[in-house]
Amino acid sequence: MRLTCPNCGERDLREFTYRGAALDRPEGAWSPAWDAYLHQRDNPAGASREHWWHGFGCSAFLVVERDTRTHDILSVSLASGGRQ
Amino acid sequence: MRFSGLRVLKEGLTGNRGWKPHWRDPAPKQAYDIVIIGGGGHGLATAFYLAKEHGLRNVAVLEKGYFGGGNVGRNTTIVRANYFLPGNSEFYSHSLRLWEGLEQELNYNVMHSQRGLINLFHSDGQRDAFVRRGNAMINQGDDAELLDRDAVRRQLPYLDFDQARFPIHGGLLHRRGGTARHDAVAWGFARAASERGVDLIQNCEVTGIDVENGSVTGVQTSRGAIRARKVAIVTAGRSGQVAALAGLRLPIESHILQAFVTEGLKPVIDNVVSFGMGHFYISQSDKGGLVFGGDLDFYPSYAQRGNLPTKEHVMEAAMTLMPMIGKARVLRSWGGIMDMTPDGSPIIDRSDIGGLYLDCGWCYGGFKAVPGSGFALAHLLATDRPHESAVGLRLNRFRDGIGLMDEEGTGAQHNLH
Repeated sequence: MRLTCPNCGERDLREFTYRGAALDRPEGAWSPAWDAYLHQRDNPAGASREHWWHGFGCSAFLVVERDTRTHDILSVSLASGGRQ
Repeated sequence: MRFSGLRVLKEGLTGNRGWKPHWRDPAPKQAYDIVIIGGGGHGLATAFYLAKEHGLRNVAVLEKGYFGGGNVGRNTTIVRANYFLPGNSEFYSHSLRLWEGLEQELNYNVMHSQRGLINLFHSDGQRDAFVRRGNAMINQGDDAELLDRDAVRRQLPYLDFDQARFPIHGGLLHRRGGTARHDAVAWGFARAASERGVDLIQNCEVTGIDVENGSVTGVQTSRGAIRARKVAIVTAGRSGQVAALAGLRLPIESHILQAFVTEGLKPVIDNVVSFGMGHFYISQSDKGGLVFGGDLDFYPSYAQRGNLPTKEHVMEAAMTLMPMIGKARVLRSWGGIMDMTPDGSPIIDRSDIGGLYLDCGWCYGGFKAVPGSGFALAHLLATDRPHESAVGLRLNRFRDGIGLMDEEGTGAQHNLH
């Protein structure tokens, strides 16, 4: 499995760390939405939207769409959306 | 049909014409009291203990593929009870006691071999951690012995004792730990459950879970609708997809764990050995293959195969610990789908839907749990109360933040265990 970092190009899996499902963080104090965000998972067999960290490269956080059945990479973008 | 030495002798002398299939192959009925989704080790054990302990025989096990074709037939076969935390300790202790009587109970040779498990340590800190773990095991009523370097060297002379980076200071020996023939565990439970009247149905995929007014009423399958008063989801790495049929999300991510087997060799590794450098463990099957593995790949996957960095790490660990195995050729490797929970410990509990039960989250430790899990889930299904060995395995411990069982002490978050 190789990921194409928007900053660095196609790189080996060793440079990246999986950082969890890409979910929207709830606002405010504890609520069931926090339990859903922290613990509950769709755990899809198929297209999965994930955060990866290019720690041994440019250290950008990435949003990766990946097929969990085949390890095919469907898309990679910066988690910041290009904001500085 | 009972198995015995006499029977083997008689069949051997009469052309082996008297053997019969190990279980019946019934068509599914329209309704059961209890339907178990998943014919792996845990599901088949649950069916057996429902019939044996609770006299419940109007039970079906529905399996999408064939019995024992999932993780129970694709693991590294280690059986142990060396957990540290309350909740896990009593559960795995109970499961190991069930293992010790399993072959007599099932009348089936599962080749349970208590050959001893040795967890090596390589620093003062690791020794202290293993002393604490050993004391917890003894307090639970199980066995643990601390071996010094010389004692390890007498037992495992083939390890590299000369290297400076990961010096072997000693090991924690769990004599009652060992291995078992994984397929035979599934077959033994299947045969014993079938003999007691449970319907075991293969090639039957559950495609829907029927819920009315907040309670389960049955399942839709590739072989028609089946009504049921109670339904248990026992589908390991596929728990997320099956639970979604009932509209549930679970605190589970399915990750990949790789394992490796070499060509058959003469007996060389007598015990189960784990290396504290990172995560590496090895044993030798009765067929002669070295069976070993290490860490997860650490990303979600259903591909049943892993990537090269983890293979490389496992091979490096093997060569660092026991350079002799560099001459063995790896025959095959594979990836299992591990149902990982945030704290690395399992779930046996009711769901929020009436009559729908969950047995999942076994992470990379499901094999040794097979009898204990089946016993505890059968108890929960039959009595609606958790068995005393499994009161800690609650579904809502993550939501509530109470009773988390994080053996590694790294936090109850996904992707840390």
